[in-house]
Amino acid sequence: MSVSAKTLDKNEYFYGHKACAGCGGSLAVRNALKVLGKNAVAVLPAGCMSAVGFNFPQLCFANNAIISTFAGTASMLTGIEAGFRRRGIKDFTAVGFAGDGGTADIGIQALSGAIDRNDNIIYICYDNEAYMNTGIQKSGLTPFGAKTTTTPAGQNIHGNIRPKKNMFEIVAAHDIPYAATATVGYMNDFLNKVEKASKIQGTKYIHVIAPCPTGWGIPVSDTIDAAREIVDCGLWYLAEYENHTFKINHDPKNFTSVEAYLRKQARFKHLTDEDIAVITDSRDKKWEFIRKNWN
Amino acid sequence: MIKPTLREQKIFPFADVPEHTSFEAGYLVSVNSGWRSIRPVVNTAACIGCMQCYLYCPDGVIAIQDGKAVIDYDFCKGCGICSKICKPSAIQMESER
Ligand SMILES: Cc1ncc(C[n+]2csc(CCOP(=O)(O)OP(=O)(O)O)c2C)c(N)n1
Ligand code: SF4
Ligand code: SF4
Ligand code: SF4
Ligand SMILES: [Mg+2]
Repeated sequence: MSVSAKTLDKNEYFYGHKACAGCGGSLAVRNALKVLGKNAVAVLPAGCMSAVGFNFPQLCFANNAIISTFAGTASMLTGIEAGFRRRGIKDFTAVGFAGDGGTADIGIQALSGAIDRNDNIIYICYDNEAYMNTGIQKSGLTPFGAKTTTTPAGQNIHGNIRPKKNMFEIVAAHDIPYAATATVGYMNDFLNKVEKASKIQGTKYIHVIAPCPTGWGIPVSDTIDAAREIVDCGLWYLAEYENHTFKINHDPKNFTSVEAYLRKQARFKHLTDEDIAVITDSRDKKWEFIRKNWN
Repeated sequence: MIKPTLREQKIFPFADVPEHTSFEAGYLVSVNSGWRSIRPVVNTAACIGCMQCYLYCPDGVIAIQDGKAVIDYDFCKGCGICSKICKPSAIQMESER
């Protein structure tokens, strides 16, 4: 049975947290835990979700949850899974929620090792496209052109000069049992991927776009709109990797305007028409590749 | 229902701070209502109980009771996502002051 608002666990496992109003990351954590239920054991590395969830004595997880080192999300998941198994506990899910920096940069080695061992864990990367908790620095998942405090926009350089790292395909290249991309804007798709992951043995990776109003420069009420538009305009895609095969879940007939998506966000407001043409062109090349090679 | 709940405010002297960095889960001592400058107000007559606001509230503060959306104002931050997502426009944002 597919997961929907109606079938979702009514319990709230992530509540009273101190995330900014409209935080996409907190929505991803909240709802993924509703799918996994009370026996989920959550690992949160340094990053916004641990910073807003654990401020002793304000502890906002109702399930077991622990902060890991910034680099160690996946290795701590490995340890938790092994420890529970050794103690004969069967009914649990070891799940990590790491940011884009914690995943694509500092945590990539531990993640790669866990996938290599095929540890029975779920790793969820909530991607807000920068190191938000420390004040918006560029990560390997910051998109081309985005202004951050370490990729400022001036006359000569227009924000980030590097493209977004392709984490989904990097993970898939390990021949992982299950990997998927998602967005908090299309919640049912995301939740069904979490549900599917929970039933697969081995390492699972889900990469969910989670807009950050503070870092993106959008109104706090627009998180969901941005999380939908990034898919609608083709700058993000909903896909899965399973049984050694890539599959695209949603192939838009017509894309909405990339420019319209970018112009709504303060982090892109310096972009010139040429910059936007570069971004649109890279979108088209990516989709050409996807349509040719994925099912 | 499982959900982190508000506890009595108390001072934790240093000796009572847990040594092994583990403590009771879901232990809340402060509300978030002070963050709000606008508040969502549900027009129950217009609410069709579709649960979209519940599904998309980042703070999880909306529950559907007797087919209508009900908001926990202690923890609502006033982001306005629920109001935008609601197709029948049953949630209006009103000034706190
Ligand atoms: C080893 C180490 N280096 C740096 C930090 C400082 N630090 C804490 S959170 C953070 C940013 C995390 O960014 P990301 O993983 O994208 O998560 P977000 O805050 O955006 O949710 C940094 C750099 C740290 N805690 N540990
Ligand atoms: S800075 Fe961004 S990611 Fe961090 S809590 Fe605020 S909205 Fe969420
Ligand atoms: S989205 Fe609107 S109609 Fe649907 S439950 Fe919420 S308030 Fe009611
Ligand atoms: S305003 Fe934001 S926090 Fe408050 S109920 Fe609506 S979606 Fe939730
Ligand atoms: Mg981040």
